[in-house]
Amino acid sequence: MHTSLMADREERRFAEVSRESIKLMAESAGVELGDDVAGLLAEDVCYRLREATQSSSQFMRHAKRRKLTVEDFNRALRWSNVEAICGYGAQDALPFRSVKDGELYFVEDREINLVELALATNIPKGCAETMVRVNVSYLDGKGNLEPQGTVPSAVQSLSDDLLKYYQQITRAILGEDPHLMKVALLDLQSNSKIAALLPYFVYVISGVKSVSHDLEQLNRLLHMVKSLVQNPYLYLGSYVRSLVSSVMYCILEPLAASINPLNDHWTLRDYAALLLSHIFWTHGDLVSGLYHQILLSLQKVLSDPVRPLCSHYGAVVGLHALGWKAVERVLFPHLPAYWANLQAVLDDYSVSNAQVKADGHKVYGAILVAVERLLKMKALSLSQPVEGGSSAQVGSTMGSTGYRVSSPGLSPPPEPLTEAALGIASHLQAGGSGCPWEEWTPVPLPAMYSELYSFFGDSLAVRFSTGPGKGNYAPCNPSQVSNSRKEPSGATSNPDTTRKMPQLTANLNISPRQDGSPRMDPSVARASSVQRSRSSSSRSGQRSTGLSRDVFPKARFTPPQTGPPVFSFLIGGRQMGRRCQGRRPFQTTFAPSASLPIPPRAYTHKLPVIGRVGKPVRRWTCSHYSLHLPL
Amino acid sequence: MRCHDFPKLELPVFSSAHAHFICKMAAVQGGLVDAVEEKTIKSEPVADATANNSANDARAPSSSPGSGVSPGVNKPAAGAAEDQQTLLAVLQFLRKNNLSESVEILRREAGLPEDSLDQKGGDSTGTGLGGPEADGRTDAGSLLSRVTVSSSAPSKAVAEDQPDVNVVLSAYSQQGDPALYEVYYSGLKKFIETVLDCHRAELSQVFYPLFVHMYLELVYNNHENKAKAFFEKFSGDQECYYQDDLRVLCSLTKKEHMRGNETLLDFRTSKFVLRISRDSYQLLKRHLQERQNNQIWNIIQEHLYIDIFDGMPRSKGQIDAMSGSLAGEAKREANKAKVYYGLLKEPEIELPLDDEDEEAENEEGKPKKKKPKKDNMGSKSKKQDPNAPSQTRIPLPELKDSDKLDKIMNMKEATKRIRLGPDNLPSICFYSFLNAYQGLTAVDLTDDSSLIAGGFADSTVRVWSVTPKKLRKVKSAADLNMIDKESDDVLERIMDEKTASESKILYGHSGPVYGISFSPDRNYLLSSSEDGTIRLWSLQTFTCLVGYKGHNYPVWDTQFSPHGYYFVSGGHDRVARLWATDHYQPLRMFSGHLADITCTRFHPNSNYVVTGSSDRTIRLWDVLNGNCVRIFTGHKGPIHALAFSPNGKFLASGATDGRVLLWDIGHGLMVGELKGHTDTIYSLRFSRDSEILASGSMDNTVRLWDATKAFDLETDDFTAATGHIHLQDNSQELLLGSYMTKSTPVIHLHFTRRNLLLAAGGYNP
Repeated sequence: MHTSLMADREERRFAEVSRESIKLMAESAGVELGDDVAGLLAEDVCYRLREATQSSSQFMRHAKRRKLTVEDFNRALRWSNVEAICGYGAQDALPFRSVKDGELYFVEDREINLVELALATNIPKGCAETMVRVNVSYLDGKGNLEPQGTVPSAVQSLSDDLLKYYQQITRAILGEDPHLMKVALLDLQSNSKIAALLPYFVYVISGVKSVSHDLEQLNRLLHMVKSLVQNPYLYLGSYVRSLVSSVMYCILEPLAASINPLNDHWTLRDYAALLLSHIFWTHGDLVSGLYHQILLSLQKVLSDPVRPLCSHYGAVVGLHALGWKAVERVLFPHLPAYWANLQAVLDDYSVSNAQVKADGHKVYGAILVAVERLLKMKALSLSQPVEGGSSAQVGSTMGSTGYRVSSPGLSPPPEPLTEAALGIASHLQAGGSGCPWEEWTPVPLPAMYSELYSFFGDSLAVRFSTGPGKGNYAPCNPSQVSNSRKEPSGATSNPDTTRKMPQLTANLNISPRQDGSPRMDPSVARASSVQRSRSSSSRSGQRSTGLSRDVFPKARFTPPQTGPPVFSFLIGGRQMGRRCQGRRPFQTTFAPSASLPIPPRAYTHKLPVIGRVGKPVRRWTCSHYSLHLPL
Repeated sequence: MRCHDFPKLELPVFSSAHAHFICKMAAVQGGLVDAVEEKTIKSEPVADATANNSANDARAPSSSPGSGVSPGVNKPAAGAAEDQQTLLAVLQFLRKNNLSESVEILRREAGLPEDSLDQKGGDSTGTGLGGPEADGRTDAGSLLSRVTVSSSAPSKAVAEDQPDVNVVLSAYSQQGDPALYEVYYSGLKKFIETVLDCHRAELSQVFYPLFVHMYLELVYNNHENKAKAFFEKFSGDQECYYQDDLRVLCSLTKKEHMRGNETLLDFRTSKFVLRISRDSYQLLKRHLQERQNNQIWNIIQEHLYIDIFDGMPRSKGQIDAMSGSLAGEAKREANKAKVYYGLLKEPEIELPLDDEDEEAENEEGKPKKKKPKKDNMGSKSKKQDPNAPSQTRIPLPELKDSDKLDKIMNMKEATKRIRLGPDNLPSICFYSFLNAYQGLTAVDLTDDSSLIAGGFADSTVRVWSVTPKKLRKVKSAADLNMIDKESDDVLERIMDEKTASESKILYGHSGPVYGISFSPDRNYLLSSSEDGTIRLWSLQTFTCLVGYKGHNYPVWDTQFSPHGYYFVSGGHDRVARLWATDHYQPLRMFSGHLADITCTRFHPNSNYVVTGSSDRTIRLWDVLNGNCVRIFTGHKGPIHALAFSPNGKFLASGATDGRVLLWDIGHGLMVGELKGHTDTIYSLRFSRDSEILASGSMDNTVRLWDATKAFDLETDDFTAATGHIHLQDNSQELLLGSYMTKSTPVIHLHFTRRNLLLAAGGYNP
């Protein structure tokens, strides 16, 4: 009523009750009214209405409301000794209708069946209890007038400069311009003043779950993780856990993007796995038990046959990236069980299975690469104590001390050792997986090899035999293989060495930093004591290569070709030095050798694995290059 | 309750109130006489003010002398009333039908005086109370009308207003040809438009009151169409801030409607006050005399009060700043009384040694530092502020031990207080009332910010504890007998652990609760409601202790004195009342406002109360003698928020017009205007050291203003003497921050003892 008065004020100043209405009302009450009387009454009614509205508005003002309610109006009426009007107390607006013929307007007033209402079973719930809640709205008078929701609300307490930086960086990284992104990532990697923003970046990164359909965005977010991890001024603290879970998501989840076979989510998983190993090599010490949690979740995925193959692939790649010890402890014991499933997929030649089969080949290839490295490293670890043992030991101790210096305040190695040992057992019991962790004993290398050979057959042999052919990238491999395979004496000598170095192996098993490749570990640790950078680690990789070359000077198989190996070295050695050694060079070197007329059976069988080498790798190197030009 | 604490207080306070009351009643009659004799334009301000109050005073429940006023006047004429009434009705009928000859004849034969119908000839310059016959007629008329009207009259109190209305309205009887009103008005308009610029603004002030009175005269004399035409033609010329009143006015087109219209009553019972320089006034006077324009001259003399001053005419801006209230500006004399705005000396509190040990447990290492500081404070407060009232001017309750403890806590907190300033703004915490479907109407927080209370439209009062400490009731009487009264922790033992809860609901009112206030000692809570009562609740037992009845109409606001014991209330009946918790009748009644009292506040020294009203004025009242010592005009809408600065020197007020005005109490001057809010301001609060003023509004914002800068101005003697302020518009410089809430109107603000700003409001999704 009030609102209508206000709205009409401009034109008519006030709503008016017409003479006719008065007459009608009188008629309905059984009274005949003359025109004069009706007119006078109408005017008086109008005035009284206005008066009541005026006085009702003060009840509204004192109730601190903007809306005049029927209750306000009734109060005004009551205070002027007029009967209040009943039946209009409802909060909902009453529909105001007109009859088509004749200008008649009325308020719809439906009849309500009281019996039905009284016996209704859906009794309305009472209102929630009135309560007082307090929240800090503005700290030290800082706040803005912009509506909430544009940035995470807590960001508002940051200084304006930081806020701007945060907005610019996220915009650049997630935006379209690749050049801008590169600059942003570089800055994120080296800026020393962004510690306060870390939670917000972590928050942004945790958004991976919401963009699982967009490989590009996922990729960018992973790059962001990498930059943060590489920033030497940032202390990640417990945010490592959050970062790791984001990365794990990219590795393990059946991303929405993988539905389309054209999307190259494999590369993303590879990169994420790489990143995972990097995070946990450099920052794994920040969260105790992280290593085993990661292993456990990888194992869970691997042992879950319901999961799609791409998840399995992620798990294998992840294990591989975590080092050969992880492969030995999780993948290898699990392999017999898994193999049966995989074989079933690979042996199905139906058309409908083509896509799944292709995926199966990827998993197959990934496993192959992983176990190969396992064999190599195991061989190396066995041989090292014999010949380069002292140096390795020195290196490892040096590494551990160096690492302690580099990251002050972190948990010292001995503590996680015991804790982790407990952790393994508990995880296993809880996980309930068939993998016999608790009674895990290192399988001797020959047994391991023969078992693997039973799975992979010649393809494994090819790997060993052709591997040394590309002796440029890993000259140690052939000698290892020769140790284990061609000279059974190596097997006999091994027990001695393991028996000799019990502490060392235990140490290697548990402490995450040293669990990777023993060959790499000392040097990486040494390098990381200063700064963990790509160039230093790749350089150290070469250096260690040199070391092992000294250990195993003689290659048993001469390389069949010299041209392609150079190529493979350029890409694999330089670019991928820090990444999964062995696998990438293998693939790249395979392309030229595929043209060679050597068609072993297993070889062609694994063709799909190899087939994916071409394009993605180039793209990968491209994008990689664009990000990190100065190596 | 507390009555046994202050037995000696009762007698002096109450008797002085009574004496004052009788004195006032005498002044009422004196005022009427004055009004009759008043020939000059100037009149005695005090008498005038009290005359205006007569209507209100007559409503007082305990005013037996007051009720005698109107019957006393009526009696002599009562006998002849009926005959005369019939004759007058006939006369009126004849006149209405333009049978002027018959009118003459009948009048001659009945022996009625010439002016009985016309009420006044052109020569009569009185207020129309001149002849006894005339007086009797109007009163008789009112008696008659009362018979018919009383059914619709709100209550007896208003019915008693009727004689006054008629006395006032009778002044509107016909004076000249209604057709000429437009000519007169436009003639004056033309004249004022042609005068020198410096006088124009001042003389323009005459327009509005003149317009209203001319319109009312037309309505009163049943020239409905002429009145409408007159309104149409000239209402557009009026200042925009009179819109609300004009709206009421334009709905009023019949003589019958004029009775019982409160706005009209306000306009009539008080003279509209204008401040005009002597030069401008002379100009106007000469013009009107030259033109023989008695019509306007009469209105000016009867209904306006022109406060003439010597000196430069004021500018338009100066005038606009001060005008806008229902009855014009305040007279200069009204703001001349001395106000003791200084603070009372803080009582010296000696800290017993064992107390200190207790504190030491709470805050390690603190007491050693505390001791010298407290001495400093003590010595500082020893110097008596020359502007402070004497310590015993108003009898104040003695401090209890718990009060002393609280003061000590306060001092301790004060040492940790954050110094605020433009570069160091307070943090703001917002208390949102969720699920407040019952309509949150009022909020209050205790001084130590430990309890929050809300008044709701469903008549309930709810109290929450905002600390982890739960609210507990005292055990029942039977259980209390069981406990060991000698034990040290008896205060703890009397509490009933079973009743511990986060909030308590107080039932008792029968209408929306519009005002609530905690007592300073946190033992009591006051609530005022639409049902016309104020209730005192115990926060020990969570029950109602007293219902104070006196306002017979909605009570819009109430507040405890900063020293406890006294409280003030104000409501729809336009009378503010001062109460003591142990008296069921008010100690003082402050009447003078022309419309509802919308908010009431106590001065920090408890010697004054301030009231804001729908008549758009603010009045400061002396608790000692009940006098109105300050009238502040300048707001353009009902005032809904008031706040004294902690040092007692300044006052801030907020209104529905969205502006905050700042006042210097000592000089009685407006010293600032803060523009920024876009809706009604419902809460104002100064930070503990007066550096920051926070304002909360219906527009869902909290704004912070630089109070230090706003008050940092030199008041020269001329301004102080004339009251002509010149404000520069520096709201934007003074605005330090504007903070949005999530669709929650801010209806209460509170600075904690450490200067954290707490805001409260009901969330309206």
